[in-house]
Amino acid sequence: MRKRAFLKLSASAVLALTVSVTQAAETLKIGAVGPKTGGLAGGAVVSYWPNVQLWAHDVNARGGLDVGGTKYMVEIIEYDDQTNPGETIKAVQRLATQDKADFILAPYATGLNIAAAPVFARYGYPMITHTAISDQVEELSSKFPNMYFTLGGASGLAQGVADVLGAMKSAGDIGNRVAMVNVADAFGIELAERAEPALKEAGFEIVYKTSYPLGTQDLSPVVKGAKDANPDAFVAFSYPPDTFGLTKQAVVENLNVKAFYTAVATAFPAYAGANGSAANNVLGAGGVNADDPAFQAYMKRHEEVTGEKPDFWASGMVYASFQILEQAIEATDSIDRKVVAEYIKSNDFDTLMGKISWDENNNNSAYWTVGQWQDGVFKGVASTGREGAVSPRLKEGWE
Amino acid sequence: MGILITGLLLGGTYALIAMGLNLQYGMSRIMNLANGEILVAGGFAAFWFWTAGSLSPLLTIFLLAPLAFAVNWLVYVVVLRPLVKRAKTRGQLEVDAILTTFGLSFVAVGVMLATFGGDYFSYSYMLTPVEFWGETYAVNRILAFVAAVIICGALYLWLNMSRAGMSIRAIAVSPDSSRLVGIDVPKLSALAFALGGAVTAVGGALISTFLTLDASTGVIFTLKALVIVIMGGVGDVRGTVVAALLLGVLETFVARLIDPGLTLAAAYLLFILILLFRPQGLFGRRQS
Repeated sequence: MRKRAFLKLSASAVLALTVSVTQAAETLKIGAVGPKTGGLAGGAVVSYWPNVQLWAHDVNARGGLDVGGTKYMVEIIEYDDQTNPGETIKAVQRLATQDKADFILAPYATGLNIAAAPVFARYGYPMITHTAISDQVEELSSKFPNMYFTLGGASGLAQGVADVLGAMKSAGDIGNRVAMVNVADAFGIELAERAEPALKEAGFEIVYKTSYPLGTQDLSPVVKGAKDANPDAFVAFSYPPDTFGLTKQAVVENLNVKAFYTAVATAFPAYAGANGSAANNVLGAGGVNADDPAFQAYMKRHEEVTGEKPDFWASGMVYASFQILEQAIEATDSIDRKVVAEYIKSNDFDTLMGKISWDENNNNSAYWTVGQWQDGVFKGVASTGREGAVSPRLKEGWE
Repeated sequence: MGILITGLLLGGTYALIAMGLNLQYGMSRIMNLANGEILVAGGFAAFWFWTAGSLSPLLTIFLLAPLAFAVNWLVYVVVLRPLVKRAKTRGQLEVDAILTTFGLSFVAVGVMLATFGGDYFSYSYMLTPVEFWGETYAVNRILAFVAAVIICGALYLWLNMSRAGMSIRAIAVSPDSSRLVGIDVPKLSALAFALGGAVTAVGGALISTFLTLDASTGVIFTLKALVIVIMGGVGDVRGTVVAALLLGVLETFVARLIDPGLTLAAAYLLFILILLFRPQGLFGRRQS
């Protein structure tokens, strides 16, 4: 008997509590889906999840979103998709139908976004992607009119590499011999395919070219092969574990190149942490305007709130994509997804990454393509029209 | 010559990855799918001690080995022994163990995510080149190779010379008959399992000096270990060592002389050939 009475009491207490909370402020349910486990978890826990936490913290700390005078606190509902597109789809569906989420943040990484796009479209959620890199933007945005792209495309990233190296060659700093390797997985293959003609166009000779399987545990044959070809520049379209592995191997082999480029995760703080001074003057995919006070303030807040450092490429864009959603909700004074989506389409947004505006394919056509570690900070050195690029330096040894 | 040495070094790495699973699967008959997570946990520990306390991974392993031994002992006694007790046949035990340890691997990933986060971890330790016969090699890989030689050699001697080792081998052959000659099967099975875990964790610590790991990478190592153990013959230290070296040398040969893109294909071709012509593995016994 006593137990039941206690249960009743606590139940009514909980009820009272929830009632009082809802009276205090409205809440907006925001869904977040991304990898916490599986192959892409290592990237998502750096670039994605901390920003979800930080954004919710920022919004709630200043009293919530202002929607026509009513304050809405945001409540995040998180799902781990295990880096499995099937799970991403299920989670988005669940957010839409079971959790009745008001808005859903775009998932992490290209493949998972493309997988989830039809579900976002079906339920009318605006989908501002932050980590989807695709050259099929036109096709995707015509199929899914609420899908937006911010981080750039494979052609642009590959062209950026050719431009940076080309400028070094024109200045007489490096010769025309390039060793180019890539991980044999979608992103690596696509970039290598784009980069090869771009590099040749820029007057380079590709003296060594190979691919290696994802998860290769010994990259010394790749670096030795490149070294034997005696290149002036080394370009690797790599994924995180091999980005680290190739760099370490280049240190061991003392790969003597004037330009050294690795792709994904070069911009991660862990890269500088693992390689120390050897990371200096390494080129990598992405970049930010690291001298911009808005970005520096973001970096500081990110570390204070989440305890982790952001990376120098996708992190900022992930947060910026949340800012776009936030600004659209506050500007329209509406939590109606249709109204918000309409506003996003026809407006520009001021974010910590600078101004974001859309071309006819809902694409942010001005993005960072190449960055470089310069004295402990990964700075953007090439972009398709962003401000704040610094000039690239030559790689002088691995000490 | 350079290719051969690079290949042997890689083979040493593979031996470290696979030896623990060989003990667990071959001796205590637990097909441990959470093996890779133990390896990653060992790597995490080495990373943590190195970045927080500048403690060399070579010292960390002496802390790590008893700790991993204790943890694996507990896992065996609490989670796996009930399976062993109720299993009527070896086949049933295998299925139960696979399902249970598959579940355990998720638990382990979750625990690691919660304690260490999901970030990549990588550090530079002994990342200095040495040169002999005109080629350069990384010192940390050579260290791992030396450690693999010591660990595998010690295990081989222990299994063949000591009473406990020979008893464990007897269990591997026939758990029922070994009981008849007075071998404490439950205790020694637990010992073999715990030892396997300790070897794996130590291997993880050594490997983390040159490979980049994260909480979710364990499964890659489990798969590699599984391939090597099956190629070498379940329950045979020599088999695992030979298979690991063979794989390392083959992959390096293909990578250097043909194309790095074909290493995986070559590795699995070798695996298929061995399964076709020697299904019990290089040093395995035919199952009666």
